[in-house]
Amino acid sequence: MLNLPIYLDNNATTPMDPRVLETMTPYFLNHFGNSASRNHPFGWAAEEAVDYAREQVAKLIGADPKEIIFTSGATEADNLGIKGIFEMYASKGNHIITATTEHKAVLDTCKHIEKQGGEVTYLEVKPDGLIDLAELEAAIKPTTILIAIMYANNEIGTVMPIKEISAIARKHGVLVFTDGTQAVGKIPVDVNKDGIDLMAFTAHKMYGPKGVGALYVRRKNPRVKVTAQIDGGGHERGMRSGTINVPGVVGFGKACELCMNEMESDTKRIVKLRDKLEASLIKIEESYVNGSVTHRLPHVANISFKHVEGEGLLMGFNKNIALSSGSACTSASLEPSYVLKALGLGDDLAHSSLRFGLSRFTTEEEIDYTIKAITDTVLKLRDMSPLWEMYKEGIDLNSIEWAAH
Amino acid sequence: MAYSEKVIDHYQNPKNVGTLDKSSKNVGTGLVGAPECGDVMRLQIEVNGETGMITDAKFKTFGCGSAIASSSLATEWLKGKSVDEALKIDNMTIVEELNLPPVKIHCSVLAEDAIKAAINDYREKNGMEKIKFEESVVH
Repeated sequence: MLNLPIYLDNNATTPMDPRVLETMTPYFLNHFGNSASRNHPFGWAAEEAVDYAREQVAKLIGADPKEIIFTSGATEADNLGIKGIFEMYASKGNHIITATTEHKAVLDTCKHIEKQGGEVTYLEVKPDGLIDLAELEAAIKPTTILIAIMYANNEIGTVMPIKEISAIARKHGVLVFTDGTQAVGKIPVDVNKDGIDLMAFTAHKMYGPKGVGALYVRRKNPRVKVTAQIDGGGHERGMRSGTINVPGVVGFGKACELCMNEMESDTKRIVKLRDKLEASLIKIEESYVNGSVTHRLPHVANISFKHVEGEGLLMGFNKNIALSSGSACTSASLEPSYVLKALGLGDDLAHSSLRFGLSRFTTEEEIDYTIKAITDTVLKLRDMSPLWEMYKEGIDLNSIEWAAH
Repeated sequence: MAYSEKVIDHYQNPKNVGTLDKSSKNVGTGLVGAPECGDVMRLQIEVNGETGMITDAKFKTFGCGSAIASSSLATEWLKGKSVDEALKIDNMTIVEELNLPPVKIHCSVLAEDAIKAAINDYREKNGMEKIKFEESVVH
């Protein structure tokens, strides 16, 4: 049975796995204690649960539990990781290297740091969305303290060469921060094999609850420290004060455990569905995959349908299929996706894009329905697109003087 | 953002999608917007030279649902009007009819611009002076 609407916006957030909710429920009701209450059974139960979850989270990324700092989510972890390093290592330097396709939580944090007297280099990406490693190395200076490059991109799913990036960083004695939000739980991430010093990630992108995330902070080789951004009771080894969201953390732990156990089988199934979806949609004339197809998350596809506008396209089926678009009209800014533009896509192709994010719960029936609905809508809209008509008549659209408004 | 029922109806059942012979003397074509901005509208009118009445109107639009609905509605309103009456179609009437939210007002402006551009194209083809319009301010 096909249940509508279909959810294919899993890069925005994933549905919670019912097994995660089940684990959390007792910590709202019976074991409601504050994990920092050291002298009664309510506190002990909460503390024990948090300790266990910390182990589950650490295990998924190959870390030590002591290296996990719980936060309210990835945005807070991005802020704590980057601002925390900038402040803690101020005596060593003030230069940070990042890339133009990072999430706003990283880019805007870097903008903030520039206002505080920091210097930030924003690396451009190649048309496939990857950074150029030679360019990265060339950007390192004596004052460089941090390289902040995301593990995988939220719009196009491109997976950065983190191992190679960290090897370069090590050589120059620079720390590596990565935003692992889209990657952790979906592909194998190991902080030691990958040479990561700090990593932000969150529960709600991996079938866990919203409002809880973590910052991984390396404790050995080298021992890394961040300056706290929230002051208070000195929780999380002084790096993040505030009462721990115990049910959230418990759910985060369970979500990590499930990803750890099921990643391989989930990926096998999801990648088949993604490939079917993509292969069928790029059969449509003048449709293109955005970003690398070789270095990519298994559940993500980003496709542009030339001469059809993304929001108009979504309207054809958004009652039944939840998706997002790089079109300006879907954002408040009226600017098309800066990530797609960074790949060198023209504004017209950026406006014409759809982002697909599949999940553990996506079925083949849903993919079949989606393929048909999108194909039908693209063809229908092209029939009413003046650009498509001109393209078919062989008119070079660049030769027209558009009255840009 | 939720669309109004009227926008959805025009999107699902657009009126007067198509192409008129742009080389015909009786046809005026207005092409406005830009692909970079995510909206391009082409609106065409066919005018009876003797009566000055608009006998047919067609559109094609690259854009969001509100842009498609605005141009579809414009073609409906144009048919059967005289060119002079057509000049009086104001973007705010489109906004009201379709219940467009503030961020979509530019779609209605584009439709109004397309009407004016089509009329000027018709006038030019038939030896009449182009009408100078004040620049739209809502972009």
